[in-house]
Amino acid sequence: MKPYRINLMVCAGTGCVANHSFEIKKALEDEVKKRGLENEVQVVATGCNGFCAEGPLMVVQPEGIFYHQVTIKDIPHLVEEHFLKGRPVQKLMYVPPDAKAPIPKMSDISFFNRQMLIALRNRGLIDPEKIDEAIGRGAYSALAKVLTAMTPPEVVSLIKASGLRGRGGGGFPTGIKWETCRKAHGEPKYIICNADEGDPGAFMDRSIIEGDPHSVLEGMLIGAYAIGSHHGYIYIRQEYPLARERLTIAVQQAREYGLLGDNIFGTGFQFDIKVARGAGAFVCGESTALMASIEGRVGEPRAKYIHTVEHGLWNLPTCLNNVETWATVPEIILKGAEWFTSIGTGDVSKNPWGGSKGTKVFSLTGKVKNTGLVEVPMGITLREIIYDIGGGIPKGKQFKSVQTGGPSGGFLPASLLDLQVDYEQLTEAGSMMGSGGMVVMDEDNCMVDMAKYFLAFTQDESCGKCTPCREGTMRMLETLERITQGKGREEDIQLLEDLSQFVMDASLCALGGSAPNPVLTSLRYFREEYITHIRDKKCPAHVCRELNVYTIDPGLCVTKGHGCGVCRRQCPENAITGEKNVAHVVSQELCKKCGVCYDVCKFDAVKVA
Amino acid sequence: MPNIKIEDLARIQEQVRHTTLLREGAGRAKITVHMGTCGISAGARKVMDALLKVFEERDIKDIILTTSGCAGLCSREPMATVEIAGQAPVKYVDLTDTKIREIFERHVMGGKVVTEYALAYGSERTH
Amino acid sequence: MDTQNLETIIRKRGAHPGALIEVLLDVQEKYRYLPPEIVEKVSRELTVPASWIYHIATFYNAFSLQPRGRYCVSVCLGTACHVGGGVKILEKIERDLRVKRGCTTTDLDFSLDEVHCLGCCGLAPVVTVNEDLYGKVDLSHVPRILKKYTTKKVGVEDA
Ligand SMILES: Cc1cc2nc3c(=O)[nH]c(=O)nc-3n(C[C@H](O)[C@H](O)[C@H](O)COP(=O)(O)O)c2cc1C
Ligand code: FES
Repeated sequence: MKPYRINLMVCAGTGCVANHSFEIKKALEDEVKKRGLENEVQVVATGCNGFCAEGPLMVVQPEGIFYHQVTIKDIPHLVEEHFLKGRPVQKLMYVPPDAKAPIPKMSDISFFNRQMLIALRNRGLIDPEKIDEAIGRGAYSALAKVLTAMTPPEVVSLIKASGLRGRGGGGFPTGIKWETCRKAHGEPKYIICNADEGDPGAFMDRSIIEGDPHSVLEGMLIGAYAIGSHHGYIYIRQEYPLARERLTIAVQQAREYGLLGDNIFGTGFQFDIKVARGAGAFVCGESTALMASIEGRVGEPRAKYIHTVEHGLWNLPTCLNNVETWATVPEIILKGAEWFTSIGTGDVSKNPWGGSKGTKVFSLTGKVKNTGLVEVPMGITLREIIYDIGGGIPKGKQFKSVQTGGPSGGFLPASLLDLQVDYEQLTEAGSMMGSGGMVVMDEDNCMVDMAKYFLAFTQDESCGKCTPCREGTMRMLETLERITQGKGREEDIQLLEDLSQFVMDASLCALGGSAPNPVLTSLRYFREEYITHIRDKKCPAHVCRELNVYTIDPGLCVTKGHGCGVCRRQCPENAITGEKNVAHVVSQELCKKCGVCYDVCKFDAVKVA
Repeated sequence: MPNIKIEDLARIQEQVRHTTLLREGAGRAKITVHMGTCGISAGARKVMDALLKVFEERDIKDIILTTSGCAGLCSREPMATVEIAGQAPVKYVDLTDTKIREIFERHVMGGKVVTEYALAYGSERTH
Repeated sequence: MDTQNLETIIRKRGAHPGALIEVLLDVQEKYRYLPPEIVEKVSRELTVPASWIYHIATFYNAFSLQPRGRYCVSVCLGTACHVGGGVKILEKIERDLRVKRGCTTTDLDFSLDEVHCLGCCGLAPVVTVNEDLYGKVDLSHVPRILKKYTTKKVGVEDA
């Protein structure tokens, strides 16, 4: 490879691609060529940097200068100033919220420098479509190590000693899963990577695959060697076309290098991977439903007493792990269990459930200034994630709650901001780690509405095989809808609690088993909001629109808006009357409370109460 | 492509090392060529080209080559700053492609400052 | 109905029951729905009963039994997008296209759907139209986005 004095790492994760990063890459290459710099400057498309809200992103190496929100128009100036004359362009640098001066270096931006990268170790540093670059950063050297210097049981012991726990939801100790599968009878054995990522609000698996697919392949190869498997599947959701494409390229390149196939590294070890597409069903993220889907059946889970490590895919022993779990494995092999256990909380030396080790990737979204992917050591507090990395709540609003674990998790209130994030503490608080979604809510969000949102999701995605989940979530949803429409009854809270208990106890799989968590935690920490909805028929955050009353301030409407009439024309019910320079009026009889008038008024004349 | 062996991993790593190392911002030394408008018109591009050629010929992987703006002393352009990790940076002035090659040999590789071409010793840091 | 595409798909995925979901996904992509004639042919070629195919097709969200529009507008209602106001965007598009979620306009130009998380939560709220993705969508962006895909007048006026 030729040396280049500058490497332009243009982010080509889905978020930045949506913001035209491919066009920007093309324009950069053209401009660089026009200036005769093509032998000095190389433009590289990388995977997601995690700071998606600021996209499209670009990092100039070796200096580490970080540019955000780059547009095609900026490029000629950028190339001339920075790459020709060596003067970084201030205008394109990131200015943190509340700060005046831009921060030139990536390593100085608090969103990045508070993070600790293990699963995302190569993010933004390699071109995910070039296997050589991954190898240059150490990919497949852990595989070389296990194939030449370790026996399969030694690999299993190492992973057990590291305390690694599944990153896909349940936090099951990975080493134990491998050991049971290794000992299970039946041939062949299968390895599966769960890239279904159904949790709405989580995108770390997508990011890992888009940015560093070889880390996942290597993890699976190591697992296959440890367990004694020769066939692997990656089950990836159909909604992720870019990730699927990068994965397919990675598998292809690994095959060309003989890193997949027969006689890997000339050691006689053989393993190959197929990529299977999901077809849009949340429940297919559940391990048994996923296997049914790979077999070409409908994705209905089965009871847990039959273990998939013994009777999994095609009824044969199967080891299924999440993308992030697989991507973490090679680092543990290279750096050792001791290094991994030095990060995180608790003690796993005697009890594999005794602590949470290593790092976890969270997708930090919702009402925070810096949204994106963050990888942090276990045990960090929610406050550090939301305020130090996330920059706090935008527009001077008040923090209300953070939701972790998606539809299976729960809402945590401000009083728990100093909670240490690990498997045990989150579960104790009524939530869970889940796949790592972390959605921040402010005073404008209604907790009853959010509970209803998650329940509507699980109700819709319930596969319908078992009655408690199918009917129970339905009745819970009806109750919540009643409350948000102002028809709630005093006894509804008790009813919700009873139904929750029943659905959790009697459901076949963890979808139903955890579906009530959002309801239970919102009842536990935000009970008074339910009571206001039920007794006063009011939604304090004005989200439940059936409870709102829309009126127009006549003064503002005339003095500021001169009776502009936008609300009148947009109202789907023709409930608003008025004319130019005359105050408009909402007819409460006709109003269906859609809220359009409130959204379209540019003069804040529409009031909600 | 033939199947690779374990030894090949190291070979591939070597091959891409300069790229990846530079992206990580690590390096044994850093050479900054000052490429302001004045520098470029005085011939800084030639100096840069010469350095790039040396890097390629010698397969240099652990040295960062970068540019910066005008160093402020336009009359002595082209200029470059050589910074060996852990040592004070040295500014060289009135450069040509042959001079920079000599500096590369004697200072960057040999570790001795080429005093004939140096302007200042231990001036301001560049990073 | 032209079945040339189907033959290519089956050749690529294999004519056995295990390939069913992959075949159906490809059919959905090519024909924009699962036409009854095609389902029948898939049933014969892959030796699976048509009832089983409908079982699969109605279980997974990716499949549609009705013809879909040329442009599929999907509004994300994942958690981040819900918190960011995705519902209002969806309602605005419903009004502008005069079509309800889950339905297709009579001229087969647009289908409108809600989806749960497209994995770009950092850009919430997110809308996609076929392959194009729009992030941080505001009510006022909606007419501009829709206009790109139609020459007809969309919506009442810019909000
Ligand atoms: C309804 C439901 C959905 C799930 N979705 C996912 C998912 O999208 N991705 C995932 O990795 N695990 C998901 N899981 C968890 C898996 O069943 C399984 O525990 C996990 O993938 C195991 O991998 P790990 O041990 O590496 O975490 C889901 C579980 C349930 C019950
Ligand atoms: S919630 Fe909309 S993209 Fe994730």
